Parts: sequence; structure tokens; C-alpha cells
Amino acid sequence: MTLYDLISYDVLRVIWWLLLGVLLIGFALTDGFDMGVGALLPFVGRTDTERRMVINTVGPVWEGNQVWFILGGGAIFAAWPPLYAVSFSGFYLAMFVVLAAFIVRPVAFKYRSKRVSPAWRSAWDWALFAGGAVPALIFGVAVGNVLQGVPFHLTDTLYPMYDGTFHAKFLGLLNPFALLVGVVSLSMLLTHGAAWLGLKSEGVIVERARRIGTITGMLTMAGFALSGLWLAVGIEGYAFAGDVVTDGPSNPLMSEVIRTDSWFAAYAARPWIALAPMLGFLGTAMAIRGLRSGSEVSTLLWSKLGIFGMISTVGLTMFPFILPSTVDPNSSLTVWDSSSSHLTLFIMLVVTAIFMPIILAYTAWVYRVLWGKVTEADVTANSDTVY
Amino acid sequence: MELDVVELSRLQFAMTAMYHFLFVPLTLGLSIIVAIMETVYVMTNRPIWRQMTKFWATLFGINFVLGVATGITMEFQFGMNWSYYSHYVGDIFGAPLAIEGLMAFFLEATFVGLMFFGWDKMSKTAHAVVTWLVAIGSNFSALWILIANGWMQNPVGAEFNPMTMRMEMTSFFDVLFNEVAQAKFVHTVSAGYVTASVFVLGVSAWYLLKGRHTELARRSIAVAASFGLASALSVVVLGDESGYSATHSQQMKLAAIEAMWETEEAPAPFTAFGFPDLETRETHYAVHIPWAMGLIGTRSLDTEIPGINDLEQRAEERIRSGIIAYDALQTIRAEGEAADPTVTATFEEHSADLGFAFLLLRYIDDPRQATDDQITLAAEDTIPMVWPLFWAFRLMVALGFAFIGMMAYFFYRASFRGMRFPRWALWGAVAVIPAPWIAAELGWFVAEFGRQPWTVDGVLPTAMSVSHLGAAELLITLAGFVTFYSVLFVVEMGLMVKYIRKGPFLDVEETDAWMARHEHRLRTHDGNVPGAIATPAE
Repeated sequence: MTLYDLISYDVLRVIWWLLLGVLLIGFALTDGFDMGVGALLPFVGRTDTERRMVINTVGPVWEGNQVWFILGGGAIFAAWPPLYAVSFSGFYLAMFVVLAAFIVRPVAFKYRSKRVSPAWRSAWDWALFAGGAVPALIFGVAVGNVLQGVPFHLTDTLYPMYDGTFHAKFLGLLNPFALLVGVVSLSMLLTHGAAWLGLKSEGVIVERARRIGTITGMLTMAGFALSGLWLAVGIEGYAFAGDVVTDGPSNPLMSEVIRTDSWFAAYAARPWIALAPMLGFLGTAMAIRGLRSGSEVSTLLWSKLGIFGMISTVGLTMFPFILPSTVDPNSSLTVWDSSSSHLTLFIMLVVTAIFMPIILAYTAWVYRVLWGKVTEADVTANSDTVY
Repeated sequence: MELDVVELSRLQFAMTAMYHFLFVPLTLGLSIIVAIMETVYVMTNRPIWRQMTKFWATLFGINFVLGVATGITMEFQFGMNWSYYSHYVGDIFGAPLAIEGLMAFFLEATFVGLMFFGWDKMSKTAHAVVTWLVAIGSNFSALWILIANGWMQNPVGAEFNPMTMRMEMTSFFDVLFNEVAQAKFVHTVSAGYVTASVFVLGVSAWYLLKGRHTELARRSIAVAASFGLASALSVVVLGDESGYSATHSQQMKLAAIEAMWETEEAPAPFTAFGFPDLETRETHYAVHIPWAMGLIGTRSLDTEIPGINDLEQRAEERIRSGIIAYDALQTIRAEGEAADPTVTATFEEHSADLGFAFLLLRYIDDPRQATDDQITLAAEDTIPMVWPLFWAFRLMVALGFAFIGMMAYFFYRASFRGMRFPRWALWGAVAVIPAPWIAAELGWFVAEFGRQPWTVDGVLPTAMSVSHLGAAELLITLAGFVTFYSVLFVVEMGLMVKYIRKGPFLDVEETDAWMARHEHRLRTHDGNVPGAIATPAE
């Protein structure tokens, strides 16, 4: 027996499916608020000083937050190579737009206040807006497409091929259901950004943020409910035909997959997963309440709970599917057939178990050091050094 | 010109990677230089060192952010443009990338915010620790990236799994302690240290020439010259280590760099100069240094280094062996567990050469049907284009030695000639600023172009690694990157120049108060105040 046999292959796969969720949720909870703050920037800050106050609430932390996104990419590559290969090349131009946003955003943060010209600063403010809003929308659109299935198939050498024309591949992503999910995702992060500003900012900025956050929070709940309804009645699900080998080789073509009437069969089979959407509604509703009443810390925590619930809903509804294929259901990527090898999953788990607690500890320390509101005086007194 | 997806993908990768590496070396080195300066500040309490720390940290920040932004492209590009590569080797290659995020990138990115905004929020010792953590994080980042890259050059610790049609990891330790990766890591970070040292030296020299900020400039030169000298020596020594490890792991690359067509009798000579000619397979006007190559490459007098023609012959044998593996693989895949054990045994015997059979896919759909001519053509494909490698390598090495000379000179003047530098040397230091970037890009060119026609040496041909995309999609993203990157480059250079011209933020009050407080202690035995040495350059 070798060391990695300590944890069986199928258990490791489930753990890595959970960790994938942890990374996506970690990304939404941390980088989510600075994307939301970026998207809110032109609306909550009118003067240059106001905008600098807004930007500096996330100034020292966005960089660390963004690593959740990069680590997400790296972890998918390491633990789910077929998913990395199929999704990144399949959503090609959408990925490029996201990349562009994530390239321009760091630069905008860093360079915006390095020159005093209003035109210079205004240009970077719009870059921050786009850098927050566009990925927030696209991530939702991508989730909406994953729920419907994506038109790809694997050849017998497992080469991923995409069907349909160039236009179908890009514009086909922008279908009504996917756009609805995109709106949910965007408004969810706007609400989260508003909750963050409520905690870290003051005065007129907070008033504006709370007003916008209340509306986007309601939009989130309505959109989440509507997309759930649509998913229940209007979108086909996927299932394995017959028994499935959960610890076999990672080759999606070795199992047979069929279409079903709805993903909602999962809720009949595992009723407890209904807890996830309930937490989604509860967290968002309480966050709206907090925004209206002016609570600070608790609003942000409720907003986090709402995001956790909504993202978990997607994963739990689809389990064990990760990326279904519309044109060749057998090519669908699932937890049981698109992971790394047993050894790689084990090693990566050990590394994660060592470093994730360390990361969480020092991240918490950094937030503690930076605790407190960013005031107008902070910005005006340190005009040369802050963003 | 035919717009081929493989060529476009390669062009995009080369462009984005080389652009990314405009920022990385400075990040690697400057983070450490800033941390050293801050440590001196913590130990001596002298405000000038804090000023230096803050000044160089500002330039570090302008550069760092573009390294981060362009690094994201690298992390995602494998999946976007190289999806078969990602599937085929993700089981091994993905791990170091993910570990980089966990161990290194989180560290540097989380603390870099505190490094810039935490000066008033913590003790100065704590702040210095934060700065060191950023520096350590950046350098760890390089370690894991080079472990990933080293595996592409020398794929150890993995084997092919017929059931999943991909390479899978067999030993994490082999991947980790890959000799190519280790040598490359130290070589690359040292090159980054040299880059930052040349940068600090050049900018400081400019201040001395202008008679501005001389206190800051002299001290910066002292730090840069000593750190730079050690690093410049390390670059060459570890470059030599890379060469030594290439002798057995990347023979074709080595032979191409040397334009060594025939296997020479040991110890082989080193070709210092010449014009390699692929047509006739000779190097015209070659200037040889006897024994040198044999000594560098094998560290012995009696081990032969194979030449290009012999290696091509070996590639042909491996292609034939690869065809046997390919044939057995088809049977195994068709019959699964039921396959005859002798077929499995045949496959295992030849599976190391499977990648060589894939080289035939350029000429024929089924490698088993390949003619002798096609096999010869495929074997010829294993020879990378020789002359660019030959010249890029020589230019890089020449620059490497030049940096040693330059750093040694400034170190000598700084240590034994009272920090006085002749004007010609200062102008020289300013002019040399771009040189380490050129050397670093040439180094990457040699490493990656020299690996062709493979993405993973001997395992996966480049032509097989790409995504199922159209030329139009690649052209759109290529145009996007070119536009984006050009604009960002102009913006970045503009800010760098602006902040260099602006100079350090002088905290006059604090400095004066400190000088007054310590005057009795600072007066040297000849009665001069140390600040008085701030005379303009000779």
C-alpha cells in the first residue's frame, strides 16, 4: 500500500469538488466585494475625493483577494485538467474579455492617482467600473451556460472539439437564461460591494451605496427565484444511465450519460440540498435589511452567507456533473471522470491542507491591521501615497 | 502568409510570455533590494534608509502591478490556447502552478498592500517583516513556475496512462527535484537580481550625474553593486549548471546552441564564433576553443557530447520505436482490460517513445502507415533552427560576463575609492539599463525556442498541443493583447520616468531632527560630518 491509498480515489474526488466550491466561493466573498465596489464607483463617488475614499476601502486588499481567482484557475488545472482544457478554450472570447478586465483592473488601482489630470483619473475610474462589472456579469453568464450544457465533444483521443460556428460559440453564450444568471451574479456582487462600503466608508458614500445595494439586493433575490423556476421547468438536466464507477480512470467517454427532464431531480433524491437556496434567500434578505437599518459588520456577514448559499446551490444541483455537453452527453465532465490522477489529487490535498490555514490566518491578520473606516482625512492627508 | 493556428498560438504565447518577463525580473530583484534597505533602516534608524526604501518601493510598485496583471494571462493561456496540452500533461504541470498560488502568490499579494499602506499601522520591524514576506513570496513564485517549466524541458516522474490518454504523475519528488528546474530557478532569480541591481545602479548614476539626491544615490549604488556582483557571478555559474544538466537531458538543444553538427572526439571544442548553415550542415568561419565544450558540458575529458547528425539518427530510431508503442496503444484502447499481456508489455517497453510517433501526425493521419521518407522528415523536424539559438546564446553569455565586469567595477569604486565614480562610468551605467532585460529575454528564447518541435520534450509535439480554435479567434485575441500591452507599456514607462524625475520624497524635518540628535555620534574622527561627503561626482 502506498501513502496516497489512505484516501480512496472517489473520496478525494469529492473533496476536490468541495475545494473547487471553496475556491469559487472564496473568490466571490473576497474579490467579489472589490469587483462590486469597482462597479459602484461612478455612482457612489461623485468628486475625486469621494472616489478616492471608495477606492481606498479596497486599496490594500484587492491584490490578495484577486489571488483567489488565479488560484481558482491553477487549482482547476491541477485537480480537474479536462475541465480546465474544455472550459477555458470553449468560452474562448468570453475568457479573453475576463482576462482583459483582470489585466486592466490592477493597473487602474495602481496608476489612477499617480497623475492629477482629471481626464487620466476619469479614464481609470471607468476601467475600474468595467473591470468590476464585466467579469461579474460574465461569470454569471458562464454559470448559466454550464447549467444548460455546452456544445463540445471529446474525440477518442480526448481532444476537446467545439461545435457550431464562430458566432454561435460567442453570441450563443448570450442566451436569455444565461443573461438572467448574469444579472443575478452582477447584482449579487453589487450588493456585496455596497455592504463592504457600509462597513469601510462614511457619509454620503455610504448613503448612496446603501440605496443602490437595497435595490440590487432585491434584484438578486428576484432573479435568483426566477432562474430557479426557469431551471425547474424549462431546462433539461443530465444523469448517468445505469451504475457509475466512481473510482475509475478519468476518461469521460467511459460512462453513458442521458438527458433528463430537469436538474430538479436532485432535490427529490437529496432533499437536504434545498438548504443551499434557502441560505441564499435568507442571507440576501437579511443583507437588504441591514443595508436599510445601517448595520455594518452583520450586513457584510449576511451578504457573505447569501453568496455562499447561491453558489452552493448551483454546485449541489448539478452534482456530480461539472460541465455537461449538449451535443454529446457522453462527453460531459463529471466528478467521477474528469479529475487528476489519484496521486496528484492526494499531493495537492496535502499541500492545500498545509497552506490554506496559513493563508487564512495571515489574511485575517492583514484585515485586522487595516480595520476601521477610510475617512476623508485619510485620503487628503496622505494624498501622495494612497490610491 | 498562411495563418496557421499552431503558429498563431506560438506567436501569442511568445509575445505574452516575453512581455510578462519584462516585469518579472525587476520584481524579483527589487523586492529583495527594498527589503535589504528597509532592514538597514530598522537596524540603524537612519531616516535616509527609510527614504530609500520608500523611493525604490514606489518604482517597485509601478512595475509589480504589471507583472501581476500580465501573469494572469500566462495562468489562463494554457487552457485557452493549448487545451490538448492542458489535458495531456495537466496532471503534472498543473500542480506546481496551483502550489505557486497557495505558497507564493497569496503571500506576496496579501502583504504587498500592507507594504504600501501599512507604514503607520504597525511597528517598523513588523513592516520590515512584511516587506521581506513580499520578497520571499515573489521568489517562491519563480521557484514553482520554473519547476513547471523545468518539467517541460525534462519530463521526469511521469508516465503515459492509456486509459486516460494522458501523462500522469508517478513521483512528485522527481518533479520537484528535477535538476533542470533547480538549476533554472537559481539562474533565473539571479538574473532578476542582476536586472534590479543594474536598474538601481543606473537610476542612481543618473542622479549623481545631475547632482540630485546624492546621499540616496551613493548608498543605493553601494547596495546595488554588492548585491549585483554576487548575483552576476551566480547567474553565470548557474547558467553553467544548466548547461551541464542539458548535456544529458536536452542534448538536441545543447547541440543546436553549439551548432555542433558532428559528434566531436572528447573533449569537444567550444565554437566561440561562426555562421551555422543548416543546408550544408556546417558552421562557416568557425572559431573553436579546444576542450572548452567538453569541460563545460561533461566536466570530464573523455565523455562524448553527441552532435546534431547523430541525434537526428537517434530520433529516427525513437520514431520507429514510437510507432510500435502507438500500434500497441491502439490495441489496448480497443480491448481495454482484455488486451493481451504481451501487447501491454510491448507498449510498456516502447511507451517512452510514443511522443516521437506523434511527430508523424504532421505528415500522415496514422503513424503506422508512415513511409521511410516521412520518418526521415519527422526526424529532421527534431532539429530546432540552429542559427538563432547559436547567436542568442552567445549574446546572452557576453552580456552576462559584461555585468560581472560592471558590478565588480562599481563595487570596487564604492568600497575602496570613497564612492567616487568617474562621469563616463556613470553615463555607462545609465546606458546599460536595458541590457539585463535583453539578456533575460534571450535566455528564455534559447530555452523555449530550443525545445521545439516539442512543448514537452520528447513527449508532446507543439503542433498537437493547441486548442480547437479558428485563426479568426486567435487573431482577435492577439490584436487585443498587442493593443492592450502596448498601451500599458507606454503608460508604465511614462509613470516610471515621472517618478524617477520626481525623486524621493524628502522628509526634511525628520532628517534634520535626527541629524541634530545624533550629531555627536556621527562626527568622524577627522571632524567631518558624514553628510559632507555629498560632493558632486568627479
